[in-house]
Amino acid sequence: MSRAEPQFDELYREVILDHYRRPRNAGSLAAPTHQAEGANPVCGDEIELDVAIEGDVICEMAFRGQGCSISQSSASMMTERICGGTISEARKVMQLFEAQLVDAAEPDPELGDLEALQGVAQFPVRVKCALLCWKVLREALNIDEREATTTP
Amino acid sequence: MSIDTARLREDFPILGREVNGRPLVYLDNAATTQKPRAVIDALTRYYETQNANIHRGIHTLAVEATEAYEGVRAKAARHIGAGNAEDIVFTRNTTESINLMARAWGDANLREGDEIVLTLMEHHSNIVPWQLLAARTGAQLRYAGIDADGQLDLDELRGLIGERTKLVSITHMSNVLGTINPIAEIAEMARQAGALLLVDGAQSAPHLPVDVEALGCDVFAFSAHKMLGPTGVGVLWARAGLLGEMEPFLGGGEMISIVKPEGSTWAEGPHKFEAGTPNIADVIAFGAALDYLDALGMADVREHEKRITAYAIEALEQSGGITVHGPRDVEVRGGAVSFEVDGVHPHDISTIVDAYGVAIRAGHHCAQLLMRHLSVPATNRASFYLYNEEREVDALIEALDEAKRVFGRVESRTAV
Repeated sequence: MSRAEPQFDELYREVILDHYRRPRNAGSLAAPTHQAEGANPVCGDEIELDVAIEGDVICEMAFRGQGCSISQSSASMMTERICGGTISEARKVMQLFEAQLVDAAEPDPELGDLEALQGVAQFPVRVKCALLCWKVLREALNIDEREATTTP
Repeated sequence: MSIDTARLREDFPILGREVNGRPLVYLDNAATTQKPRAVIDALTRYYETQNANIHRGIHTLAVEATEAYEGVRAKAARHIGAGNAEDIVFTRNTTESINLMARAWGDANLREGDEIVLTLMEHHSNIVPWQLLAARTGAQLRYAGIDADGQLDLDELRGLIGERTKLVSITHMSNVLGTINPIAEIAEMARQAGALLLVDGAQSAPHLPVDVEALGCDVFAFSAHKMLGPTGVGVLWARAGLLGEMEPFLGGGEMISIVKPEGSTWAEGPHKFEAGTPNIADVIAFGAALDYLDALGMADVREHEKRITAYAIEALEQSGGITVHGPRDVEVRGGAVSFEVDGVHPHDISTIVDAYGVAIRAGHHCAQLLMRHLSVPATNRASFYLYNEEREVDALIEALDEAKRVFGRVESRTAV
Protein backbone atom coordinates (compact mmCIF):
# COMPACT_ATOMS: atom_id res chain seq x y z
CA MET A 1 0.00 0.00 0.00
CA SER A 2 1.86 3.05 -1.24
CA ARG A 3 0.59 6.60 -1.14
CA ALA A 4 2.04 10.06 -1.31
CA GLU A 5 0.03 11.88 1.36
CA PRO A 6 -1.67 9.72 3.93
CA GLN A 7 -5.40 10.43 4.15
CA PHE A 8 -6.80 9.83 7.59
CA ASP A 9 -9.93 11.92 7.41
CA GLU A 10 -11.59 8.90 5.78
CA LEU A 11 -10.54 6.38 8.47
CA TYR A 12 -11.22 8.80 11.30
CA ARG A 13 -14.49 10.27 10.05
CA GLU A 14 -15.97 13.01 12.15
CA VAL A 15 -18.84 10.80 13.26
CA ILE A 16 -16.27 8.37 14.74
CA LEU A 17 -14.43 11.13 16.59
CA ASP A 18 -17.75 12.49 17.80
CA HIS A 19 -18.75 9.12 19.31
CA TYR A 20 -15.24 8.78 20.78
CA ARG A 21 -15.39 12.18 22.42
CA ARG A 22 -19.06 12.02 23.46
CA PRO A 23 -19.86 8.33 23.85
CA ARG A 24 -23.57 7.52 23.86
CA ASN A 25 -24.89 5.17 26.54
CA ALA A 26 -21.72 5.46 28.60
CA GLY A 27 -22.07 4.25 32.18
CA SER A 28 -23.96 1.46 33.94
CA LEU A 29 -27.52 0.16 34.15
CA ALA A 30 -29.28 -0.11 37.51
CA ALA A 31 -30.80 -3.49 36.67
CA PRO A 32 -29.10 -5.21 33.74
CA THR A 33 -30.43 -8.63 32.72
CA HIS A 34 -27.27 -9.48 30.78
CA GLN A 35 -23.65 -8.46 31.32
CA ALA A 36 -20.28 -9.24 29.82
CA GLU A 37 -16.81 -7.77 29.57
CA GLY A 38 -13.92 -8.23 27.21
CA ALA A 39 -10.43 -6.98 26.47
CA ASN A 40 -7.84 -7.12 23.76
CA PRO A 41 -4.86 -8.21 25.85
CA VAL A 42 -2.39 -7.12 23.20
CA CYS A 43 -3.47 -3.50 23.17
CA GLY A 44 -5.32 -3.19 26.48
CA ASP A 45 -8.68 -2.02 25.09
CA GLU A 46 -11.50 -2.86 27.51
CA ILE A 47 -15.30 -2.89 27.25
CA GLU A 48 -17.84 -3.74 29.95
CA LEU A 49 -21.41 -3.99 28.71
CA ASP A 50 -24.75 -3.95 30.54
CA VAL A 51 -27.92 -4.98 28.67
CA ALA A 52 -31.55 -4.93 29.85
CA ILE A 53 -33.89 -7.20 27.90
CA GLU A 54 -37.64 -7.52 28.24
CA GLY A 55 -39.17 -10.36 26.26
CA ASP A 56 -37.33 -10.20 22.95
CA VAL A 57 -36.53 -6.49 23.06
CA ILE A 58 -33.25 -4.86 24.04
CA CYS A 59 -34.59 -1.99 26.12
CA GLU A 60 -31.43 -0.46 27.50
CA MET A 61 -27.67 -0.73 27.06
CA ALA A 62 -24.73 0.93 28.77
CA PHE A 63 -21.00 0.45 28.44
CA ARG A 64 -17.82 1.39 30.23
CA GLY A 65 -14.48 1.14 28.60
CA GLN A 66 -11.11 2.48 27.69
CA GLY A 67 -9.15 2.26 24.52
CA CYS A 68 -8.61 3.75 21.10
CA SER A 69 -11.12 5.81 19.15
CA ILE A 70 -12.08 2.82 17.01
CA SER A 71 -12.93 0.49 19.90
CA GLN A 72 -14.79 3.11 21.91
CA SER A 73 -16.73 4.69 19.04
CA SER A 74 -17.75 1.24 17.81
CA ALA A 75 -19.22 0.50 21.25
CA SER A 76 -21.04 3.82 21.36
CA MET A 77 -22.50 3.37 17.87
CA MET A 78 -23.40 -0.25 18.59
CA THR A 79 -25.47 0.63 21.63
CA GLU A 80 -27.18 3.46 19.77
CA ARG A 81 -28.01 1.26 16.79
CA ILE A 82 -29.20 -1.82 18.64
CA CYS A 83 -31.05 -0.38 21.61
CA GLY A 84 -34.82 -0.54 21.22
CA GLY A 85 -34.73 -3.37 18.68
CA THR A 86 -35.20 -7.10 19.06
CA ILE A 87 -32.45 -9.63 19.67
CA SER A 88 -32.86 -11.03 16.16
CA GLU A 89 -32.44 -7.53 14.73
CA ALA A 90 -29.26 -7.16 16.78
CA ARG A 91 -27.96 -10.42 15.28
CA LYS A 92 -28.68 -9.16 11.81
CA VAL A 93 -26.78 -5.90 12.43
CA MET A 94 -23.92 -7.88 13.95
CA GLN A 95 -23.64 -9.98 10.79
CA LEU A 96 -23.73 -6.95 8.53
CA PHE A 97 -21.11 -5.14 10.63
CA GLU A 98 -18.76 -8.10 10.69
CA ALA A 99 -19.16 -8.57 6.94
CA GLN A 100 -18.27 -4.90 6.43
CA LEU A 101 -15.07 -5.23 8.46
CA VAL A 102 -13.90 -8.77 7.87
CA ASP A 103 -15.04 -9.34 4.28
CA ALA A 104 -14.83 -5.63 3.33
CA ALA A 105 -18.46 -5.92 2.17
CA GLU A 106 -20.27 -2.81 0.93
CA PRO A 107 -21.89 -1.10 3.92
CA ASP A 108 -25.58 -1.94 4.29
CA PRO A 109 -28.00 0.97 4.92
CA GLU A 110 -29.24 -1.03 7.93
CA LEU A 111 -25.97 -0.21 9.72
CA GLY A 112 -26.71 3.49 10.19
CA ASP A 113 -23.75 5.37 11.74
CA LEU A 114 -21.82 2.11 11.98
CA GLU A 115 -21.20 2.46 8.26
CA ALA A 116 -18.58 5.08 9.21
CA LEU A 117 -16.25 2.34 10.45
CA GLN A 118 -15.89 0.80 6.97
CA GLY A 119 -12.46 2.42 6.58
CA VAL A 120 -11.12 0.16 9.34
CA ALA A 121 -11.28 -2.81 6.93
CA GLN A 122 -8.22 -1.27 5.23
CA PHE A 123 -6.22 -1.59 8.47
CA PRO A 124 -6.22 -5.29 9.38
CA VAL A 125 -4.47 -4.78 12.74
CA ARG A 126 -7.26 -2.41 13.79
CA VAL A 127 -10.21 -4.65 12.87
CA LYS A 128 -10.10 -6.31 16.27
CA CYS A 129 -10.53 -2.87 17.90
CA ALA A 130 -13.81 -2.31 16.05
CA LEU A 131 -15.04 -5.85 16.78
CA LEU A 132 -14.28 -5.90 20.52
CA CYS A 133 -17.66 -4.54 21.68
CA TRP A 134 -19.47 -6.95 19.35
CA LYS A 135 -17.58 -9.85 20.84
CA VAL A 136 -18.70 -8.66 24.26
CA LEU A 137 -22.30 -8.29 23.05
CA ARG A 138 -22.24 -11.82 21.65
CA GLU A 139 -21.07 -13.10 25.01
CA ALA A 140 -23.69 -11.06 26.89
CA LEU A 141 -26.47 -12.41 24.68
CA ASN A 142 -24.95 -15.90 24.55
CA ILE A 143 -24.82 -15.92 20.76
CA ASP A 144 -22.75 -18.71 19.26
CA GLU A 145 -19.80 -17.34 17.28
CA ARG A 146 -20.32 -19.53 14.17
CA GLU A 147 -24.00 -18.81 14.08
CA ALA A 148 -23.41 -15.07 14.21
CA THR A 149 -20.67 -14.91 11.62
CA THR A 150 -22.10 -17.32 9.06
CA THR A 151 -23.27 -15.31 6.11
CA PRO A 152 -25.68 -17.00 3.70
CA MET B 1 35.28 8.99 18.25
CA SER B 2 31.62 9.66 17.71
CA ILE B 3 29.31 7.46 15.70
CA ASP B 4 28.96 8.23 11.98
CA THR B 5 25.36 7.19 11.39
CA ALA B 6 25.40 7.95 7.66
CA ARG B 7 28.20 5.41 7.12
CA LEU B 8 26.92 2.94 9.65
CA ARG B 9 23.36 2.83 8.27
CA GLU B 10 24.74 1.26 5.11
CA ASP B 11 25.53 -1.82 7.19
CA PHE B 12 21.81 -2.36 7.84
CA PRO B 13 20.02 -3.59 4.70
CA ILE B 14 16.50 -3.06 6.12
CA LEU B 15 17.10 0.65 6.70
CA GLY B 16 17.08 1.10 2.93
CA ARG B 17 13.48 -0.05 2.51
CA GLU B 18 10.34 2.01 2.20
CA VAL B 19 7.18 1.62 4.26
CA ASN B 20 3.94 3.00 2.85
CA GLY B 21 5.87 4.89 0.18
CA ARG B 22 8.25 6.58 2.61
CA PRO B 23 11.69 5.75 3.96
CA LEU B 24 11.44 3.48 6.99
CA VAL B 25 11.95 5.37 10.26
CA TYR B 26 12.53 2.58 12.75
CA LEU B 27 11.98 3.82 16.31
CA ASP B 28 10.96 0.55 18.00
CA ASN B 29 14.42 -0.53 19.12
CA ALA B 30 13.38 -1.34 22.68
CA ALA B 31 11.23 -4.10 21.18
CA THR B 32 13.92 -5.42 18.87
CA THR B 33 16.75 -3.87 16.88
CA GLN B 34 17.61 -4.24 13.21
CA LYS B 35 20.50 -6.47 12.14
CA PRO B 36 23.70 -5.46 10.37
CA ARG B 37 24.89 -7.33 7.30
CA ALA B 38 27.64 -8.96 9.38
CA VAL B 39 25.06 -10.74 11.55
CA ILE B 40 22.93 -11.85 8.60
CA ASP B 41 26.06 -13.09 6.80
CA ALA B 42 27.22 -14.98 9.89
CA LEU B 43 23.97 -16.96 9.88
CA THR B 44 24.32 -17.83 6.21
CA ARG B 45 28.02 -18.64 6.57
CA TYR B 46 27.34 -21.01 9.44
CA TYR B 47 24.70 -22.95 7.50
CA GLU B 48 26.75 -22.93 4.29
CA THR B 49 30.10 -23.92 5.75
CA GLN B 50 29.97 -25.16 9.36
CA ASN B 51 26.56 -26.64 10.17
CA ALA B 52 26.92 -29.51 12.65
CA ASN B 53 25.64 -30.40 16.08
CA ILE B 54 27.98 -29.31 18.84
CA HIS B 55 29.69 -31.04 21.78
CA ARG B 56 29.10 -34.55 20.46
CA GLY B 57 30.97 -35.07 17.22
CA ILE B 58 34.59 -35.81 16.49
CA HIS B 59 34.42 -34.72 12.89
CA THR B 60 35.76 -31.40 11.65
CA LEU B 61 32.45 -29.61 11.22
CA ALA B 62 31.36 -30.55 14.76
CA VAL B 63 34.64 -29.27 16.15
CA GLU B 64 34.41 -25.98 14.23
CA ALA B 65 30.79 -25.39 15.18
CA THR B 66 31.55 -26.17 18.84
CA GLU B 67 34.48 -23.76 18.87
CA ALA B 68 32.41 -21.01 17.23
CA TYR B 69 29.53 -21.51 19.70
CA GLU B 70 31.78 -21.61 22.77
CA GLY B 71 33.69 -18.59 21.48
CA VAL B 72 30.55 -16.49 21.75
CA ARG B 73 30.23 -17.46 25.42
CA ALA B 74 33.56 -15.73 25.97
CA LYS B 75 32.52 -12.68 23.92
CA ALA B 76 29.25 -12.37 25.84
CA ALA B 77 31.15 -12.54 29.12
CA ARG B 78 33.60 -9.84 27.98
CA HIS B 79 30.74 -7.61 26.82
CA ILE B 80 29.38 -7.39 30.37
CA GLY B 81 32.72 -7.35 32.17
CA ALA B 82 32.40 -10.91 33.45
CA GLY B 83 35.65 -12.74 34.11
CA ASN B 84 34.65 -16.28 33.25
CA ALA B 85 32.88 -17.62 30.15
CA GLU B 86 31.77 -20.66 32.17
CA ASP B 87 29.39 -18.41 34.11
CA ILE B 88 27.39 -17.66 30.94
CA VAL B 89 24.34 -19.77 30.04
CA PHE B 90 22.60 -19.41 26.68
CA THR B 91 18.81 -19.40 26.83
CA ARG B 92 16.09 -18.33 24.39
CA ASN B 93 15.69 -14.78 25.75
CA THR B 94 15.79 -12.68 28.92
CA THR B 95 12.42 -14.10 29.92
CA GLU B 96 13.77 -17.64 29.87
CA SER B 97 16.89 -16.56 31.77
CA ILE B 98 14.71 -15.18 34.57
CA ASN B 99 12.45 -18.25 34.54
CA LEU B 100 15.54 -20.44 34.79
CA MET B 101 16.55 -18.61 37.96
CA ALA B 102 13.01 -18.80 39.39
CA ARG B 103 12.95 -22.56 38.87
CA ALA B 104 16.51 -23.69 39.39
CA TRP B 105 17.43 -21.27 42.18
CA GLY B 106 14.07 -20.08 43.50
CA ASP B 107 12.45 -23.46 44.11
CA ALA B 108 15.43 -24.61 46.16
CA ASN B 109 15.97 -21.42 48.16
CA LEU B 110 12.59 -19.85 48.93
CA ARG B 111 10.23 -20.85 51.72
CA GLU B 112 6.96 -19.57 53.08
CA GLY B 113 7.47 -16.16 54.67
CA ASP B 114 10.48 -15.28 52.52
CA GLU B 115 10.24 -12.12 50.45
CA ILE B 116 11.06 -11.18 46.89
CA VAL B 117 11.55 -7.45 46.25
CA LEU B 118 10.63 -6.06 42.82
CA THR B 119 9.70 -2.60 41.53
CA LEU B 120 6.66 -1.12 39.80
CA MET B 121 8.70 -0.47 36.66
CA GLU B 122 9.44 -4.14 35.94
CA HIS B 123 8.58 -5.81 32.64
CA HIS B 124 6.12 -8.69 33.02
CA SER B 125 9.06 -11.06 32.44
CA ASN B 126 10.50 -9.90 35.77
CA ILE B 127 7.17 -10.14 37.60
CA VAL B 128 5.26 -13.20 36.46
CA PRO B 129 8.04 -15.80 37.03
CA TRP B 130 8.26 -14.55 40.65
CA GLN B 131 4.49 -14.64 41.07
CA LEU B 132 4.58 -18.27 39.94
CA LEU B 133 7.47 -18.97 42.32
CA ALA B 134 5.57 -17.26 45.16
CA ALA B 135 2.55 -19.46 44.43
CA ARG B 136 4.74 -22.59 44.57
CA THR B 137 6.66 -21.67 47.72
CA GLY B 138 4.44 -19.33 49.76
CA ALA B 139 6.98 -16.50 49.43
CA GLN B 140 5.67 -12.92 49.33
CA LEU B 141 6.27 -10.24 46.69
CA ARG B 142 7.08 -6.62 47.60
CA TYR B 143 7.12 -3.77 45.09
CA ALA B 144 9.11 -0.54 45.41
CA GLY B 145 7.46 2.51 43.86
CA ILE B 146 8.72 5.34 41.68
CA ASP B 147 8.69 9.10 42.10
CA ALA B 148 7.08 11.79 39.94
CA ASP B 149 10.21 12.00 37.77
CA GLY B 150 9.97 8.27 36.95
CA GLN B 151 12.92 7.32 39.15
CA LEU B 152 12.98 4.50 41.64
CA ASP B 153 12.08 5.45 45.21
CA LEU B 154 15.33 4.31 46.82
CA ASP B 155 14.16 5.07 50.36
CA GLU B 156 11.13 2.87 49.90
CA LEU B 157 13.29 0.16 48.36
CA ARG B 158 15.71 0.34 51.28
CA GLY B 159 12.79 -0.05 53.66
CA LEU B 160 11.50 -3.12 51.82
CA ILE B 161 14.80 -4.99 51.79
CA GLY B 162 15.22 -6.74 55.13
CA GLU B 163 16.07 -10.01 56.80
CA ARG B 164 13.15 -11.83 55.13
CA THR B 165 14.36 -10.73 51.67
CA LYS B 166 15.90 -13.61 49.73
CA LEU B 167 15.90 -11.99 46.32
CA VAL B 168 15.91 -8.51 44.81
CA SER B 169 15.10 -8.57 41.10
CA ILE B 170 15.21 -5.28 39.27
CA THR B 171 15.54 -3.82 35.81
CA HIS B 172 18.76 -1.99 34.95
CA MET B 173 16.90 0.26 32.51
CA SER B 174 13.12 0.67 32.24
CA ASN B 175 11.71 -0.33 28.84
CA VAL B 176 8.96 2.30 29.28
CA LEU B 177 10.48 5.27 31.13
CA GLY B 178 14.09 4.81 30.07
CA THR B 179 15.11 5.21 33.73
CA ILE B 180 18.54 3.79 34.58
CA ASN B 181 18.51 2.36 38.11
CA PRO B 182 21.51 2.78 40.46
CA ILE B 183 22.36 -0.93 40.58
CA ALA B 184 25.59 -0.59 42.56
CA GLU B 185 23.74 1.17 45.37
CA ILE B 186 20.96 -1.44 45.31
CA ALA B 187 23.57 -4.23 45.30
CA GLU B 188 24.89 -2.87 48.59
CA MET B 189 21.38 -2.98 50.10
CA ALA B 190 20.92 -6.57 48.91
CA ARG B 191 24.37 -7.61 50.14
CA GLN B 192 23.71 -6.26 53.64
CA ALA B 193 20.44 -8.21 53.77
CA GLY B 194 22.09 -11.37 52.46
CA ALA B 195 19.73 -11.36 49.45
CA LEU B 196 20.54 -12.37 45.88
CA LEU B 197 20.39 -9.52 43.34
CA LEU B 198 19.17 -10.31 39.82
CA VAL B 199 19.43 -7.55 37.22
CA ASP B 200 17.23 -7.55 34.12
CA GLY B 201 19.66 -6.14 31.57
CA ALA B 202 17.47 -6.54 28.49
CA GLN B 203 17.46 -2.76 27.93
CA SER B 204 20.88 -1.90 29.35
CA ALA B 205 23.26 -4.42 27.76
CA PRO B 206 22.42 -3.11 24.26
CA HIS B 207 22.83 0.57 25.14
CA LEU B 208 25.26 1.08 28.04
CA PRO B 209 28.74 -0.06 28.92
CA VAL B 210 27.98 -2.82 31.46
CA ASP B 211 30.40 -4.21 34.04
CA VAL B 212 28.75 -6.80 36.27
CA GLU B 213 31.68 -6.75 38.68
CA ALA B 214 31.33 -3.00 39.20
CA LEU B 215 27.55 -3.29 39.46
CA GLY B 216 27.94 -5.90 42.15
CA CYS B 217 24.94 -7.98 41.09
CA ASP B 218 24.72 -11.77 41.40
CA VAL B 219 22.81 -12.47 38.20
CA PHE B 220 22.49 -10.51 34.95
CA ALA B 221 20.10 -11.44 32.13
CA PHE B 222 19.81 -10.05 28.59
CA SER B 223 18.71 -10.83 25.02
CA ALA B 224 20.68 -10.91 21.76
CA HIS B 225 17.90 -9.58 19.53
CA LYS B 226 17.77 -6.22 21.31
CA MET B 227 21.45 -5.65 20.53
CA LEU B 228 21.79 -6.33 16.77
CA GLY B 229 21.73 -10.11 17.20
CA PRO B 230 19.20 -12.71 16.04
CA THR B 231 16.02 -13.62 17.90
CA GLY B 232 16.05 -16.79 19.97
CA VAL B 233 19.20 -16.18 22.05
CA GLY B 234 19.18 -15.03 25.64
CA VAL B 235 22.04 -14.82 28.10
CA LEU B 236 22.16 -15.58 31.80
CA TRP B 237 25.28 -14.63 33.73
CA ALA B 238 25.63 -15.75 37.34
CA ARG B 239 28.51 -14.95 39.70
CA ALA B 240 31.15 -17.64 40.08
CA GLY B 241 29.90 -20.73 41.90
CA LEU B 242 26.18 -19.92 41.78
CA LEU B 243 25.40 -22.10 38.74
CA GLY B 244 27.18 -25.00 40.41
CA GLU B 245 24.90 -24.75 43.46
CA MET B 246 21.77 -24.93 41.32
CA GLU B 247 19.83 -27.95 40.11
CA PRO B 248 19.06 -28.25 36.38
CA PHE B 249 16.20 -26.32 34.76
CA LEU B 250 15.47 -28.61 31.80
CA GLY B 251 16.52 -32.24 31.50
CA GLY B 252 17.73 -34.00 28.37
CA GLY B 253 20.74 -34.43 26.18
CA GLU B 254 23.90 -32.35 26.58
CA MET B 255 23.13 -31.45 30.22
CA ILE B 256 24.16 -34.84 31.67
CA SER B 257 27.38 -36.49 32.72
CA ILE B 258 26.31 -40.13 33.27
CA VAL B 259 22.79 -41.48 32.80
CA LYS B 260 21.76 -44.68 34.60
CA PRO B 261 18.31 -46.23 34.94
CA GLU B 262 17.93 -45.04 38.51
CA GLY B 263 19.24 -41.52 37.99
CA SER B 264 21.81 -39.28 36.35
CA THR B 265 24.60 -36.87 37.13
CA TRP B 266 24.89 -33.46 35.56
CA ALA B 267 27.33 -31.85 33.18
CA GLU B 268 29.66 -29.23 34.59
CA GLY B 269 29.29 -25.49 34.16
CA PRO B 270 26.73 -23.84 31.93
CA HIS B 271 26.04 -27.02 29.97
CA LYS B 272 23.97 -28.28 32.88
CA PHE B 273 21.42 -25.64 31.88
CA GLU B 274 21.57 -26.08 28.12
CA ALA B 275 19.61 -29.28 27.58
CA GLY B 276 19.06 -30.43 24.03
CA THR B 277 20.53 -29.00 20.84
CA PRO B 278 20.87 -25.26 21.49
CA ASN B 279 20.30 -22.42 19.04
CA ILE B 280 23.74 -22.88 17.52
CA ALA B 281 23.39 -20.70 14.41
CA ASP B 282 21.87 -17.75 16.22
CA VAL B 283 24.40 -17.88 19.05
CA ILE B 284 27.21 -17.80 16.49
CA ALA B 285 25.57 -14.88 14.67
CA PHE B 286 25.18 -13.12 18.03
CA GLY B 287 28.97 -13.24 18.17
CA ALA B 288 29.04 -11.07 15.05
CA ALA B 289 26.67 -8.60 16.75
CA LEU B 290 28.95 -8.40 19.79
CA ASP B 291 31.94 -7.83 17.51
CA TYR B 292 30.06 -5.02 15.79
CA LEU B 293 29.17 -3.31 19.09
CA ASP B 294 32.64 -3.76 20.53
CA ALA B 295 34.22 -2.25 17.40
CA LEU B 296 32.02 0.84 17.80
CA GLY B 297 32.55 0.95 21.56
CA MET B 298 29.65 0.99 24.02
CA ALA B 299 30.74 4.36 25.41
CA ASP B 300 30.22 5.92 21.97
CA VAL B 301 26.90 4.11 21.52
CA ARG B 302 25.78 5.60 24.82
CA GLU B 303 26.95 9.12 23.86
CA HIS B 304 25.09 8.94 20.54
CA GLU B 305 21.89 7.82 22.26
CA LYS B 306 22.15 10.54 24.90
CA ARG B 307 22.29 13.15 22.12
CA ILE B 308 19.34 11.81 20.12
CA THR B 309 17.26 11.18 23.26
CA ALA B 310 17.77 14.75 24.46
CA TYR B 311 16.87 16.01 20.98
CA ALA B 312 13.71 13.86 20.90
CA ILE B 313 12.49 14.85 24.37
CA GLU B 314 12.91 18.52 23.56
CA ALA B 315 11.23 18.17 20.15
CA LEU B 316 8.27 16.26 21.63
CA GLU B 317 7.75 18.74 24.43
CA GLN B 318 8.03 21.75 22.12
CA SER B 319 5.59 20.40 19.56
CA GLY B 320 2.65 21.02 21.95
CA GLY B 321 -0.06 18.80 23.41
CA ILE B 322 2.43 16.07 24.28
CA THR B 323 3.40 14.71 27.70
CA VAL B 324 6.69 12.84 28.04
CA HIS B 325 7.02 10.28 30.85
CA GLY B 326 10.24 9.50 32.70
CA PRO B 327 13.31 11.53 33.64
CA ARG B 328 14.34 14.52 31.49
CA ASP B 329 18.03 14.24 32.37
CA VAL B 330 19.72 11.96 29.83
CA GLU B 331 22.44 11.15 32.37
CA VAL B 332 19.94 9.01 34.28
CA ARG B 333 17.94 7.62 31.39
CA GLY B 334 18.28 5.74 28.13
CA GLY B 335 16.62 6.09 24.76
CA ALA B 336 13.18 4.57 25.40
CA VAL B 337 10.88 7.60 25.38
CA SER B 338 7.21 7.13 26.32
CA PHE B 339 4.76 9.91 25.61
CA GLU B 340 1.09 10.74 25.27
CA VAL B 341 -0.66 13.00 22.81
CA ASP B 342 -3.60 14.88 24.37
CA GLY B 343 -6.92 13.43 23.27
CA VAL B 344 -5.46 10.77 20.97
CA HIS B 345 -5.13 7.16 22.02
CA PRO B 346 -1.71 5.53 21.35
CA HIS B 347 -3.19 2.97 18.92
CA ASP B 348 -4.61 5.74 16.81
CA ILE B 349 -1.23 7.51 16.91
CA SER B 350 0.54 4.33 15.86
CA THR B 351 -1.76 3.79 12.87
CA ILE B 352 -1.27 7.35 11.67
CA VAL B 353 2.51 7.55 12.08
CA ASP B 354 2.87 4.14 10.37
CA ALA B 355 1.47 5.70 7.21
CA TYR B 356 4.47 8.04 7.38
CA GLY B 357 6.81 5.06 7.52
CA VAL B 358 7.45 5.65 11.23
CA ALA B 359 7.53 2.53 13.45
CA ILE B 360 6.85 3.22 17.13
CA ARG B 361 5.26 1.06 19.79
CA ALA B 362 1.82 1.67 21.28
CA GLY B 363 0.50 -0.28 24.22
CA HIS B 364 1.29 -1.27 27.78
CA HIS B 365 4.82 -2.44 26.89
CA CYS B 366 4.42 -5.55 29.07
CA ALA B 367 4.43 -3.21 32.08
CA GLN B 368 0.85 -3.10 33.34
CA LEU B 369 1.91 -2.31 36.93
CA LEU B 370 3.68 0.79 35.65
CA MET B 371 0.73 1.77 33.40
CA ARG B 372 -1.55 1.59 36.44
CA HIS B 373 0.92 3.69 38.45
CA LEU B 374 0.99 6.31 35.68
CA SER B 375 -2.84 6.10 35.44
CA VAL B 376 -2.71 5.48 31.70
CA PRO B 377 -4.02 2.47 29.77
CA ALA B 378 -1.17 2.67 27.28
CA THR B 379 1.58 4.95 26.01
CA ASN B 380 3.35 5.69 22.76
CA ARG B 381 7.03 4.79 22.83
CA ALA B 382 9.81 5.86 20.52
CA SER B 383 13.08 4.07 21.26
CA PHE B 384 16.42 4.82 19.67
CA TYR B 385 19.55 2.98 18.71
CA LEU B 386 22.96 3.63 17.28
CA TYR B 387 21.69 4.08 13.69
CA ASN B 388 18.95 6.63 14.42
CA GLU B 389 19.31 10.23 13.26
CA GLU B 390 17.76 13.53 14.28
CA ARG B 391 15.91 13.77 10.96
CA GLU B 392 14.02 10.62 12.00
CA VAL B 393 12.84 12.40 15.13
CA ASP B 394 11.68 15.22 12.83
CA ALA B 395 9.74 12.68 10.74
CA LEU B 396 8.02 11.42 13.89
CA ILE B 397 7.09 14.96 14.91
CA GLU B 398 5.65 15.65 11.45
CA ALA B 399 3.54 12.49 11.62
CA LEU B 400 2.35 13.40 15.13
CA ASP B 401 1.29 16.81 13.82
CA GLU B 402 -0.97 15.03 11.31
CA ALA B 403 -2.47 12.92 14.13
CA LYS B 404 -3.16 16.08 16.13
CA ARG B 405 -4.81 17.67 13.07
CA VAL B 406 -7.03 14.63 12.36
CA PHE B 407 -8.20 14.42 15.95
CA GLY B 408 -8.48 18.17 16.35
CA ARG B 409 -11.43 18.33 13.95
CA VAL B 410 -13.98 17.89 16.73
CA GLU B 411 -13.81 19.40 20.19
CA SER B 412 -12.33 17.56 23.10
CA ARG B 413 -13.76 14.44 24.68
CA THR B 414 -16.02 14.50 27.71
CA ALA B 415 -15.21 12.08 30.48
CA VAL B 416 -16.90 8.67 30.40
